[in-house]
Amino acid sequence: MADIQHLKDLVSQVRRDIVRQVHAVNSGHPGGSLGCTEFIVALYNEIMDHDPSFQMDGKNEDLFFLSNGHISPVFYSVLAHAGYFPKEELSTFRKLDSRLQGHPTTHEGLPGVRIASGSLGQGMSVGIGAAHSKKLNGDDKTVFTLHGDGELQEGQNWEAIMYASANHVDNLVATIDVNGQQIDGSTDSVLALGDLRMKFEAFGWEVVTVSKGNDLEAVIAGIKEAISLSRKRKPVCILLHTVMGHGVDFMMGSHEWHGIAPNDEQLADALSQNPETLGDY
Amino acid sequence: MKTYTNTGSKDTRSGFGAGLAELGKSNENVVALCADLTGSLKMNAFADAHPDRFFQVGIAEANMIGIAAGMTIGGKIPFTGTFANFSTGRVYDQIRQSVAYSDKNVKICASHSGLTLGEDGATHQILEDIGLMKMLPGMTVINTCDYNQTKAATLAIADHHGPVYLRFGRPKVANFTPEDGEFHIGKAVHLQEGTDVTIVATGHLVWEALEAAKELHEKGISADVINIHTIKPLDEEAIINSVKKTGCIVTAEEHNYMGGLGESVARTLAQHLPTPQEFVATQDTFGESGTPDQLLEKYGLNAENIAAKAMAVIKRKK
Repeated sequence: MADIQHLKDLVSQVRRDIVRQVHAVNSGHPGGSLGCTEFIVALYNEIMDHDPSFQMDGKNEDLFFLSNGHISPVFYSVLAHAGYFPKEELSTFRKLDSRLQGHPTTHEGLPGVRIASGSLGQGMSVGIGAAHSKKLNGDDKTVFTLHGDGELQEGQNWEAIMYASANHVDNLVATIDVNGQQIDGSTDSVLALGDLRMKFEAFGWEVVTVSKGNDLEAVIAGIKEAISLSRKRKPVCILLHTVMGHGVDFMMGSHEWHGIAPNDEQLADALSQNPETLGDY
Repeated sequence: MKTYTNTGSKDTRSGFGAGLAELGKSNENVVALCADLTGSLKMNAFADAHPDRFFQVGIAEANMIGIAAGMTIGGKIPFTGTFANFSTGRVYDQIRQSVAYSDKNVKICASHSGLTLGEDGATHQILEDIGLMKMLPGMTVINTCDYNQTKAATLAIADHHGPVYLRFGRPKVANFTPEDGEFHIGKAVHLQEGTDVTIVATGHLVWEALEAAKELHEKGISADVINIHTIKPLDEEAIINSVKKTGCIVTAEEHNYMGGLGESVARTLAQHLPTPQEFVATQDTFGESGTPDQLLEKYGLNAENIAAKAMAVIKRKK
């Protein structure tokens, strides 16, 4: 394992990047980004075999697809720290002529992004396609995807979930960020998702539950367990229980911070809770 | 006047199936996906010969488009197959985000387009798909006229990098283009030299346009006939050069007059050389059940109406 302290430092720095990006343009999605920080940091710095020099076809690399594209601030920060593009570019987030669009896209040629996402519900299908492609190419690497729990309300996911097990797409690890929140309120109040473990199992998937989705060690252990269950003719799902807004106390656990930016005072407060460790951009 | 011979009526979708089967042998990166319409799309030959490269996704078109987009990552060239309605309108957002905006090398192949799907009626006939697809930045839109041309187009799009919409149909229609005809994306085919009126047609109506030109010839009217198999990018030069000679134009397509070939031609001419134009197309209406021939006649998508519109537009010349 990479130095755990380094990973923790990275988590703190990424959280700073998230709130600063969103604050700078008074626009963006801090809540889900903060909640998924440990997961994406772990994926890119502990789990995936990937190449920041970036080839679009990603042959012989592990691949990650962000389906819930609105949490772009965490994705961009992790990619920048991994060396895909200069950290300074984070200051262009959501601005005119930037490669860092509000939602990630290949259109502006940002290294690290292989497909556009933002219109919810499409990422699992894409992940399946990439996983098929790997098998056809004799490439034994893994495809990872991340989805919001509210995103599962989009029907295309269930087409994909059914397809993946029927076709033994077992080089795919799909993670659901179960934070129980969406724009209009809790997932229970908007459109209850029911028992996700039972649903995935009924659809023929292996399921790993990570109950502490904001605990770095627990997240790493969960992803490793998921990988150990892969290649057994079943797709694998991680139910990652996170807290929306984690790491910034006044944002935690509320849908209110799904898509709004902190003001100057709130930014200062958020930064004070997440020390600068690896240098601000 | 040049004459064209129907060498034996065949369906355009079979041209697609034959082209795909050939690609299966010649290009190992070609993969095919189908949403429970393998027989209708004539994809069986490919599926039988290359089971490892054929993906049956079931009745789940959105998932099919997403999987196809994902397969391009890794260098595959996916051809998706289903009816035109389910290839476009049903999955517009998936095509927009995962294919067009992401510039993925997906070939969306659509059969049973237009009215000639016939008896299944309006729910399955789509008359707005060209418009939907041509409005997407970066999307190439092709509508082929016969079996041979559909086969040639299928082969050509595999070598073209970028998203393509390939539109063809269900019924048997005249097969009149050469068996070894070349297919150049974006390059119109000049079928008939004429001086009095330009007729540009796409898809099944190209043969009708040739028939119309014959009728007009008998009346002493000389029609310039152009096959526009690629609606986007449009061969503007071919159209402009023709109307410079003729001074008026008729467009013919199995599509709504809004959003289709006619509108692209009108925009081109409005910008470069304003010209009287008549539209042979459906007039902002849904279709209905009927045989293909009955429907083409009722909605005026035939040689007779093309000739009538040509006479009308000639009178509008200044």
